[in-house]
Amino acid sequence: MGRFHRHPDGTVHQHDHDDRDRGRRSRDVGDHSGYETGVERVAVLERILGENDRTADANRRDLAAHGVRTINLMSSPGAGKTALLRRTIPALSPEIAVGVLEGDIATSLDADALADVGAAVSLVNTSAGFGGECHLDATMVRSGLGRLPLEALDLLIIENVGNLVCPAEFDVGQDARAMVYAVTEGEEKPLKYPVMFRTADAVVVNKIDLLPHLDVDLSAFHANLRAVNPSAVVFELSARTGEGIDPWLAWLRDLTRR
Amino acid sequence: MHELALCAAIAATVGDHAGGAAVRAVNVEIGHLRQVVPETLQFCWTLHNEGTPLQGCELVVDHVPAAIRCRGCGDRTVLEEPLLVCGSCDGTDVELTSGEELSVTSIDVDRRAR
Repeated sequence: MGRFHRHPDGTVHQHDHDDRDRGRRSRDVGDHSGYETGVERVAVLERILGENDRTADANRRDLAAHGVRTINLMSSPGAGKTALLRRTIPALSPEIAVGVLEGDIATSLDADALADVGAAVSLVNTSAGFGGECHLDATMVRSGLGRLPLEALDLLIIENVGNLVCPAEFDVGQDARAMVYAVTEGEEKPLKYPVMFRTADAVVVNKIDLLPHLDVDLSAFHANLRAVNPSAVVFELSARTGEGIDPWLAWLRDLTRR
Repeated sequence: MHELALCAAIAATVGDHAGGAAVRAVNVEIGHLRQVVPETLQFCWTLHNEGTPLQGCELVVDHVPAAIRCRGCGDRTVLEEPLLVCGSCDGTDVELTSGEELSVTSIDVDRRAR
């Protein structure tokens, strides 16, 4: 770990500082730049994602004004987000009206899979512009909200792009972050993707029906999860068979009524 | 993977503060717990700025270590791994004191060059 400086000519320096206390760290002002005169340093002090965060707050306010609670559902590709929603939405209906904002790099396959379970679905493909964005940001979610009947909804589930890295960095205006982890992914995942696991309020451990066929050590997974996130609520279930689904449904009902 | 999106956000922030002056360097602070690869960020910065007024502008990344303070013993630990455990007493009741920074701290502008 150190401080990286890269110059336009490609030279890179990296050096460590003995004193890593933030308050006393010296700043490289002036002489670092190599410009003789006429260059002036202007303080900015703005969060890089400040604009995203302001849009996320606007989403949160609009959703709250319509009485809608919102979950940002994240996972790696294929962990079972859509399968979990297909199991969850009919079980909550009709007492809780669920909407889904479906984020995918391309195709409407997931949105189509949810259309027949009684949810209002808004699809946001992230492939517009510079390749396919690997995450939903607050502005993409805002565009998708306009296509949902918010006044008729109690709960909005934002199914993020399947990815354990980038979605964790972007606030989209949710009330809670939930993630799906499949037991087929290996017990070390919380250590490899600590930001995703650390920021989750709830972790769904999915595909437990496959445990008899796997060598995975679930107690090691739980220990790794606790090391990066001591407070997340954890649900072990199978979206395929429905085993263990009730505590997850209870958590959603509780969140919706809060 | 989201470095290009970050570069677009950095460039927008810089534009808001440059007042039309030529920007020679942008100084950003990025915490160790942010999932940003410095080399990728530099590559995306160059790519994003091609053909724009920021072409050739340097991106200076101040990489901030992740650190925690233990509520039990009060000690401070710089994290080498993302495990929220006190290095002195193994306590887990800790607060993160740095490592989540993601900010544009300042810009170096040349008001003579337009």
